Amino acid sequence: MNILAILLLLPLIGFVAALILPAAVTKRFVLGFSLLIFAVSLLLIGTTVQNPAGMTWVTDTAWIDTPAIRFHIGVDGASLWLVILSAFLTPFAAYISQKTIVHRQKEFYAYLLLLEFGLIGVFCSLDLFLYYVFWEVVLVPMYFLIGIWGGERRIYAATKFFVYTMAGSMLMLVAILYIYTKAGTFDLPAILLQMEAGKVAFTQAEELALFLAFFLAFAVKVPIFPLHTWLPDAYAEAPTAATFLMAAVMSKMGTYSLLRFNLNLFPNASHDCAPWIVVLAIIGIVYGALVALVQPNMKRLVAYSSISHLGFVVLGLFSGNQFGLDGAVYQMLCHAISTGALFILIGYLQDRKQSLEIADFGGLATPAPNFAIVFLIATLASIGLPLLNNFVGEFLILQGAAKANIWWAAFAALGVVLSACYMLWFYQRTFLGEAKSAFTDLRPTEWLTITPLLVLMLWMGIFTQTWLPGISASNKVLLERPTSKIALQVAQ
Amino acid sequence: MQLWLIPIFPLLGAALNGFTGRRTSQGIQSAIAVGSVLLSFLWVLNILLNSMPAPGAEIRESYFTWISSGNFSLSVDLVVDRLTAVMLLVVTGIGTLIHIYATSYMSHEGGFYRFFTYLNLFMFFMLVLVMSGNFLLLFVGWEGVGLCSYLLIGFYFLKKSASDAGKKAFIVNRIGDFGVLLAMLLLINTFGSLDFKTIADKVKTMPVELSAGILTAICLLLLLGAAGKSAQIPLYTWLPDAMEGPTPVSALIHAATMVTAGVYLCCRASALFEHAPIAQDTVAYIGLATAFFAATIGLVQNDIKKVYAYSTVSQLGFMFLAVGSGAYAAAIFHVVTHAFFKALLFLGSGSVIHALEGEQDMRHMGGLRGKLPITFFTLLMGALAIAGFPFFSGWYSKEAILSAAHAHSPWMFWVAALTAMMTAFYVFRTIWLTFFGEYKGHAHPHESPAAMWIPLAVLAVLSVVGGFLFNVPHFLEGVLPAHAHGHDMTLEIIGSSAGLLGIALSYLFYVASPGLADSFAESFSGLYNLVYNKYFVDEVYDAAVVHPLERTSRGFLWKFLDQNVIDEGMVHGASSGALGLGSLLRLLQGGVVRNYATWVVLGAVFIFSAFSLLGGAR
Repeated sequence: MNILAILLLLPLIGFVAALILPAAVTKRFVLGFSLLIFAVSLLLIGTTVQNPAGMTWVTDTAWIDTPAIRFHIGVDGASLWLVILSAFLTPFAAYISQKTIVHRQKEFYAYLLLLEFGLIGVFCSLDLFLYYVFWEVVLVPMYFLIGIWGGERRIYAATKFFVYTMAGSMLMLVAILYIYTKAGTFDLPAILLQMEAGKVAFTQAEELALFLAFFLAFAVKVPIFPLHTWLPDAYAEAPTAATFLMAAVMSKMGTYSLLRFNLNLFPNASHDCAPWIVVLAIIGIVYGALVALVQPNMKRLVAYSSISHLGFVVLGLFSGNQFGLDGAVYQMLCHAISTGALFILIGYLQDRKQSLEIADFGGLATPAPNFAIVFLIATLASIGLPLLNNFVGEFLILQGAAKANIWWAAFAALGVVLSACYMLWFYQRTFLGEAKSAFTDLRPTEWLTITPLLVLMLWMGIFTQTWLPGISASNKVLLERPTSKIALQVAQ
Repeated sequence: MQLWLIPIFPLLGAALNGFTGRRTSQGIQSAIAVGSVLLSFLWVLNILLNSMPAPGAEIRESYFTWISSGNFSLSVDLVVDRLTAVMLLVVTGIGTLIHIYATSYMSHEGGFYRFFTYLNLFMFFMLVLVMSGNFLLLFVGWEGVGLCSYLLIGFYFLKKSASDAGKKAFIVNRIGDFGVLLAMLLLINTFGSLDFKTIADKVKTMPVELSAGILTAICLLLLLGAAGKSAQIPLYTWLPDAMEGPTPVSALIHAATMVTAGVYLCCRASALFEHAPIAQDTVAYIGLATAFFAATIGLVQNDIKKVYAYSTVSQLGFMFLAVGSGAYAAAIFHVVTHAFFKALLFLGSGSVIHALEGEQDMRHMGGLRGKLPITFFTLLMGALAIAGFPFFSGWYSKEAILSAAHAHSPWMFWVAALTAMMTAFYVFRTIWLTFFGEYKGHAHPHESPAAMWIPLAVLAVLSVVGGFLFNVPHFLEGVLPAHAHGHDMTLEIIGSSAGLLGIALSYLFYVASPGLADSFAESFSGLYNLVYNKYFVDEVYDAAVVHPLERTSRGFLWKFLDQNVIDEGMVHGASSGALGLGSLLRLLQGGVVRNYATWVVLGAVFIFSAFSLLGGAR
């Protein structure tokens, strides 16, 4: 059996085991087990990096005979890193919750593994139906994580999150079924082959409708303006581990799916809609940044900043060229690390003061100098300082946008200016000035958590060649596919 | 040649002090900080003495691929040519002196190791900036020095004014960086490369009809970046505030090195500017305007560091004027001499402030000549140099700029000469107010220790003989685009007399008849207030940009659009709409079969008519 299939099934096994095992050991079991899963995920790298252009670690067996649904999974140079990202970050979620989650521990940790199962599934499914199943699987644990262990308005936030996402994905299901009626299969590579051979073709109206059905589902998930209002509530109310996973990994489901499905399956509609979507992305970039500027609550601030950063990813995707796509995929990984780190650090602040209001903090640099430096590095990564990770992604995305239309890049780059405004102001109000009260500096366990993320910020900012060639190669396949080659080149 | 060693020494110094500083003594920290910069300086000397690149040639080392995408790839290249050589000597040389000075100046301050960590980190980024072989790596240094500037301005972070100033510096610079970023995007679009040499080669063969528009755009965007970093109109407002940082920082970063990066950038991109005359003219106008207005503000400030800050803005304006006039070598010459005398002026003022236990207001100084003789004498040398006293260093570079301005357009020469006179006036005003007359404060002034006055002495020597000794324009011949214009005796005499006249006037105002300045201020109180308050530019920016942005974001975007329209209106609207629709639909399911039949028929009719309208069911 191949490693990817094992990797996919492990979280499910872990989930069941977590439910069976005695409650006292769950939290340590899940932490250990998720680390094991991460270790397994690393075994994928060698082969895929050797052949990033094609699908590797493919498992393709029938799951259900009629309708023909296949258990078809595999990873290429782009999705590989998202799979590993999911496996890498789940242990963080488990570890940062060890002390803070005190009631109903068993379910909490079980849900983390179920979530991981769904996430890995989304990133490696090559069958539309299978993919849809995983897409919905993710919803369930996240709904409970917010609804049970969240803040005061957790029920509202969880419901809003659920209904929003559900409403978006219903149309996608319809579109998937429609494609099945046309192509006779749910299998993505098979459908693409048929399209290349001219056996399956959509009329312009059909393609547009299908494109929009998929797009809506993903736009909610990313989220793209104006479908974003579930996000600040969900991020702010969720427990740290859930916010962390939502911001770092779950949001990438949307952007990854835009790449994998919209751009691959509907190149003409992608081309036609690109200018509109880019406008929404740019609005998201600027709007998210401006609203972040005036948030009194730090989780909401970073939530809105996340909308801004993810706008960059969408911009890159719909620039429709190598720079844009490479930057978008890279930025997905970078955003996961830097925003993830910010949410973890904010979680530490919340643990100490039981508050998320920026006004309740101030002058922390004096009692907690290490905390201040670590937070500063995460802040600088977030505002795209060169040699830290986000700069690389944003630069490539802006270059992609500039290739398509320099004005896109010009407006999007405003987000870079604004990010410095809101993050530095936030930093000043939290860490600088006279200390208001005693405050504990980073503890050893917290150092242990944050250090790998800091190292990655630097590594991804400097030694990009670990990742970029593979990402580039797999994006090249998409750009050079006969059906999409011309369509995706947006006019100058 | 192991070029990478040059920036790596200070980086190691920063890392060492950063990680171990809490457990080591000040002596060790000083040794690490000064030693690392000194090693860089020595390594620079070693490289330049052994293999000084010929004009137009370069030493290039390529290390690894940084960013790639498809066929595009960009590597980490360090390059030393003659332009870089000049900058390297200035940065590491002056840097070493200021580090030595700072070990003494900062010895009573908290956060000693933190200060030197930042300062060494700054050296690393500054060296990357001047050694980079392409725009993107230059941008790394560019942003990095901005970060260190932010950290060091806000060094006394307990003070809100300091952290505000740091933040302002970073954000204003970000506006400039926006320009550099867009310029780089356009460069890749146009040339497919960010390498200086490749671009310079390609631009030569580029047809004019293709190049004019795009090159102008690129150069104007670069100018925006340069104006941010080098504190030119309209982005100069951060630099005077930056004086919140410790004085060695003002000397090193906000006078001698970082703020000249904008000038350096324009010189690096000179091949582009040469093909974009509109942009080049804009550089000249901005430089001249900045030089003039900043000098007027400098005339009336009472804080000694503020005077020197506005003076820096003004002198940077001179450099931009040179760049805009096509006299790149003269601009770099002035970068060098300015580094000598302005570092000296700042360090000297630091010595005064140090002696007066933190006093910066010149109205509480006076008569310090006897108490601080070394500081007085060295500062006087710096003042003579910046005033353009004949054969002092500043004289050479300023004359070169004035004559280039004259060649560009004569009226610019006259404005520049007038500015030179004001420069001499305000600088000597600080000398008179500080060292002459009666001491008006309550501290017990004492001369600074050797670690402080030795750097002062070295800089004083350089300020005096630096222009004569280092013929930078000659050294840079064949490296930067040159415009031929010979020496014009008349212009030199006018330029020199402007400086002397300024000195004489300030002597008249502040020594010969001390009441004159006040009565002058009273009779022109409107103008005086306008200038004293820096033309209210900060207030205008706050009222026109900062506050509206914040208010719109909070009131309109967040509270109204996000919360009311999208969330309340659309999202909750949709959900209550769904509820309403549900209760409507419930009416349909009344359980009466006859009604169902009616709906079936109506529905069928609707579907068929819809199909026929849409072109029939195929």
